[in-house]
Amino acid sequence: MGDLKVIGGGESGFFSTKLDALLGWARKFSLFQYPFVTACCGMEFMATAGPKYDIARFGAEAPRFSPRQSDLLWVVGTISQRQAPALRRIYEQMLEPKWVMSFGTCASCGGFYDNYATVPGIDKIIPVDVYIPGCPPRPEAVLDGLMLLMSKIAAGDKTPAILKNTALPEGSDEELEKLYQIRMKGKVPVMSEE
Amino acid sequence: MSKLLLDRLKAQFGDSVLETSNFRGDDVAVLDPKVWRAAAEFLRDDNRCGCDYFVDLSCVDYPDEDDTKGRFDVYLIVYSTHKKHRVRIKARVSEANPELDTVGDIYLGASWGEREVFDMFGVRFKGHPDLRRILMYEEFVGYPLRKDYPATKAQPLVEYRDNTHDKLGPFLADEGMPFNRAPVDPKNFAS
Ligand code: SF4
Repeated sequence: MGDLKVIGGGESGFFSTKLDALLGWARKFSLFQYPFVTACCGMEFMATAGPKYDIARFGAEAPRFSPRQSDLLWVVGTISQRQAPALRRIYEQMLEPKWVMSFGTCASCGGFYDNYATVPGIDKIIPVDVYIPGCPPRPEAVLDGLMLLMSKIAAGDKTPAILKNTALPEGSDEELEKLYQIRMKGKVPVMSEE
Repeated sequence: MSKLLLDRLKAQFGDSVLETSNFRGDDVAVLDPKVWRAAAEFLRDDNRCGCDYFVDLSCVDYPDEDDTKGRFDVYLIVYSTHKKHRVRIKARVSEANPELDTVGDIYLGASWGEREVFDMFGVRFKGHPDLRRILMYEEFVGYPLRKDYPATKAQPLVEYRDNTHDKLGPFLADEGMPFNRAPVDPKNFAS
């Protein structure tokens, strides 16, 4: 452990960059989730957790219905003013380190609800790590958001992030097919139309 | 739809039926609030009415209406499952004295409807055993579906976080992390 670097004066004593990296690596593949599912976005959440999209590939599939055992709070759907104290309390009960995903437009900013009953974005109540826009977001977007969060965890980055739209590559069919093969490193069979 | 129900109501309550109308086959009778409860009971128990099915109880706010006539229209829709007819009865309730008799013990389903009307419009139902807010919380001040309540005025139960907090969201189009995850080592995702 020659390159163990001690950063003095930290709140929790001794920490090293190597240890941080190791912890980040371990944490990002073992996200225990607490699903706070309140509205229609829950359907896409179920689709993401189902076998086709299979969130288990990312080590984030195990739901824990106790906030004390979970690291990742998924806020899925509209949060009403009446629910806000419950959400806040659940967030406070989670142990550090903890992360929050804001799933869908309603959770992120209130969505099309601009009224007396809806919280205009959960970041008015609790800090958020990744915002996934969409009404509801497709499972692919959710997985992108999850990967973004994982990379943030690995990098030790605590700033909030918005999932941005991916720009679709342009070109002829052959070019796109080639691009696809390159990106997948030839690991997947050529997609054929059935 | 037949005029039978309206005729029955008129025969039974006479002048207390203030108006009747029919819109595309839906019968409406506006009643004096004094006979509200009696009318609900009559519609359920009378053999030829036989309205055994509660459909809805709610309210409409007409803020420009003369309040001596009554600003709120509380309405009750009932249906007969074997005679297949439906009627809507209405009672006008004033803002100065927003009170009406409960029909929650006649049509059990109406009791939650009455709680909702109380919650959203502030109409009190005399004789309701448990008249509490049903959708909003106890701390809420005012009645949100009254037209003079500002629709966007929230009354948060949890104090909003202030903008100095470290993790408040970025909201401009070009803020936040780029999607392409530039700082990430692809090795992290290799299986
Ligand atoms: S963002 Fe759309 S799908 Fe999701 S909870 Fe809101 S309204 Fe429903």
